[in-house]
Amino acid sequence: MIKIPVLRWGEPYESLEADKVVHFATGEVLAEVGRANAAMVERDMRFAQRARDVLREIPIADLLQMMKKAGELYAKAELPLGDGTQTPAQFARMQSATTGLPEHMCKFNMEKNNFVLGNMDKILDSLTRGLDLNVLSRGYGIEARGVPISYQAQSPVLGMVLPSNSPGVHTLWLPIIPMQVGLVLKPGPQEPWTPYRMFNAFVQAGVPRQAMSIYPGLGDIGAAVLNSCPRSLIFGGTATVEQYKGNPRVQAHGPGFSKIILGDDKVDQWEKYVDLMADSIYTNSGRGCINCSGVWASRHTEKIAEAIAAKIGPVQPLPPEDPKSGLAPFTVPGQGEGVNNDIEAALKEAGVTDVTGPKYGNRMGKRERCVYLRPTVMHSASPDTAMAKKEYMFPFATVVKCPQDQMLEKIGPTLVCSAITDDKKFQRALIDATHIDRLNLGPVPTIKLNWLQPHEGSIVDFLFRARAFQHEGPVTA
Amino acid sequence: MNDTPGKPTPVTGATLDEKVKNARAQLDAHVRETVRWHFSPDTGTPFWLDKAKTLNFDPLTDVNGWDDIKKFPFFEDEWLRGGPVNRWIPKGMKDRAWYVFETGGTTGIPKSRVVCDDFKIDYEMFSDTLPEKFFPRNSNWLMLGPSGPRRLRLAVEHMCQYRGGISFCVDLDPRWVVKVIKKGWMEHLKAYQDHCIDQAMTILSANHDVRCMFTTPKLLDALCKRLEQEGSSLEKKGITGVFCGGTEMTSQWIRFAIEEYLGPKVYIAPTYGNTLMGLAAAEMPTAKEKYKIAYYAPQPRAVAEVVDFKDYNTLVAVGGTGRVLLTTLTKEFFVPRFAERDEGEREAPSEKYPWHGVSGVRPFHETAATTTVGVY
Repeated sequence: MIKIPVLRWGEPYESLEADKVVHFATGEVLAEVGRANAAMVERDMRFAQRARDVLREIPIADLLQMMKKAGELYAKAELPLGDGTQTPAQFARMQSATTGLPEHMCKFNMEKNNFVLGNMDKILDSLTRGLDLNVLSRGYGIEARGVPISYQAQSPVLGMVLPSNSPGVHTLWLPIIPMQVGLVLKPGPQEPWTPYRMFNAFVQAGVPRQAMSIYPGLGDIGAAVLNSCPRSLIFGGTATVEQYKGNPRVQAHGPGFSKIILGDDKVDQWEKYVDLMADSIYTNSGRGCINCSGVWASRHTEKIAEAIAAKIGPVQPLPPEDPKSGLAPFTVPGQGEGVNNDIEAALKEAGVTDVTGPKYGNRMGKRERCVYLRPTVMHSASPDTAMAKKEYMFPFATVVKCPQDQMLEKIGPTLVCSAITDDKKFQRALIDATHIDRLNLGPVPTIKLNWLQPHEGSIVDFLFRARAFQHEGPVTA
Repeated sequence: MNDTPGKPTPVTGATLDEKVKNARAQLDAHVRETVRWHFSPDTGTPFWLDKAKTLNFDPLTDVNGWDDIKKFPFFEDEWLRGGPVNRWIPKGMKDRAWYVFETGGTTGIPKSRVVCDDFKIDYEMFSDTLPEKFFPRNSNWLMLGPSGPRRLRLAVEHMCQYRGGISFCVDLDPRWVVKVIKKGWMEHLKAYQDHCIDQAMTILSANHDVRCMFTTPKLLDALCKRLEQEGSSLEKKGITGVFCGGTEMTSQWIRFAIEEYLGPKVYIAPTYGNTLMGLAAAEMPTAKEKYKIAYYAPQPRAVAEVVDFKDYNTLVAVGGTGRVLLTTLTKEFFVPRFAERDEGEREAPSEKYPWHGVSGVRPFHETAATTTVGVY
């Protein structure tokens, strides 16, 4: 068992309290993670500016090189972890064992993180729309066309309240260090692995350890991070997103309610898109905010639901180390049962049908320390049922019958919308719909990312403010 | 100030064993006296006289010592919600002046407890546990805790007066704080906390020779942080003793407070208690003991037991973990076997407190998720 300490600006701190991180299947204690206290987080923010200062001593070009190296180390090297070390294989096994995500998906996420770190120069170039990155360092500069510009950092550090369930979210904070902004991380209770491994990869690649803090702990730590950092990201449910709506200090990431829309001009060819729909629902065990949770069409919806159900309904849980394993269990006690109960309650509404249930067997399978929920497809005869707006952390989707002219009014907030239509008028309405964050026109799976485009709001815009800047005479700062 | 009548005499004895034996004898006598008082037709408490009709034993004849307390059913604090509150006033004390202290009450009817002298006696007993070096007599206090219909407000002020000082208080409405938390108004929460700390800073800056203070863990954090931001500290402000309580505190928290905010010249006295009981005291935690906080109830007026999670009639062994079961035994208030919303480890008797205590107090694991801690 590995003992993992709190990291206060890179320095290990042995807390008197620790939380055990256990294997969801065997109950084996994999690590004891020190528990920070809220006052510690708040007090440590005295040195937040130092985090940015030490990073600003390193040119961004050099930091980008360090990111490349860190990506390689993260993906391939045996790195320190608490009082021990960890190989990449051990990392994938541990992450799988505590989050429930099958090992091959954990390995895929490692490749993804490595890819992002290796291509950070291109990603930042895209996110900043080609800005000379030294402008972020200096705070000011001159565009190629001769216009003075200024980007002012709104916080010396970014706070992150990370989830336990979706290792994919870590890509969101990887561009922070090369933008010379420090990191204050509160790991998810079941997923301390990525923050610590990334920290050690960064340090071995040359990033100053004083630029990063990791504060594991209970809910009060998340609140302290949000309270102390002028800019933070938090991951949670709809309630969390609502709570921080309009708060300029916090960017809340919640359920995506991502959807596939079949336009009236394409819906008669729905059979061509069944694989695309099934992949969008099922990939990564349906855990991501970019996984599809709703398929909307004006007709053929019963047949579409049956066809998707036929693809993913038969999937059974397999051991996490099985390369064919496609389902991640719920490892937080009570969560799986709660989700299943919520589904059953929503099923009671008129017009809602469980398409997978009768044909493919029980949805819920209880194990000693976890619960599996098998892929589930619902059909809703109306866009107004509660089921039409549901999203859960497993392969789940509702196929919703809705006239095309009502779709944009009824779909609600949508992180990713893949709209399969060539209808010019409908395309225009989709492009103009402000409740759609990421729009794919044409047969693009919702889960297909373009790393050169921002995800749910640009992190650069969140951390830096564009402002006017004029000077007479030399600026020596 | 003189002791309030009714304050028990300290337990004596040449050895720890003798002290433990004497403490037990004192408790047995106190149980007999208290139960007879509350169940006697002349002096008894209407609530208990009524309840006696449902008991399968006669409290006046069948309760002869501590072991017989088990004959009573578990106390339900819901009985304290709503009135008439006078049913809790013993007939033998009906002509005295009474206070009512409330707990909860953010929404709905709070639980109420009537009090005459108990809070004075309890806090005088606690006062006797404080080291004079760090809590000097005749020094003034800052009471940075909840105001309103709560025991702490009056009790801390009384203790300060008992010790010859004056208590400077702040306005702090914990019910509003709970509402703000439930609404998710974190910026309002921060602003309200700042408002409380502003009041404390004003008192500390006003040359009132404040040397001691009561506060809660979260407010201590906030005050120390503010002082540090201003280049000061509790020590620099002249504070030498902190009486801390009101909400849960962990060993890690108190270690952090001692190592990073208080320093070696400021004493912190952690306490555990609620409106239903007196104040359980603890020695100042040390690095040598890994900052373990071991609380001891003010026996014989209150007893804190640590019982098996599955059988509240069975005590756990010393060092074992269980639920905290409280019993309060005063002439004003009788609370047999109340299952607290806390758990902890059972502690052995000590020279200073020759009866069992409880350490590592934390929210009871079965209800922890539904408890809103962090009121102030």
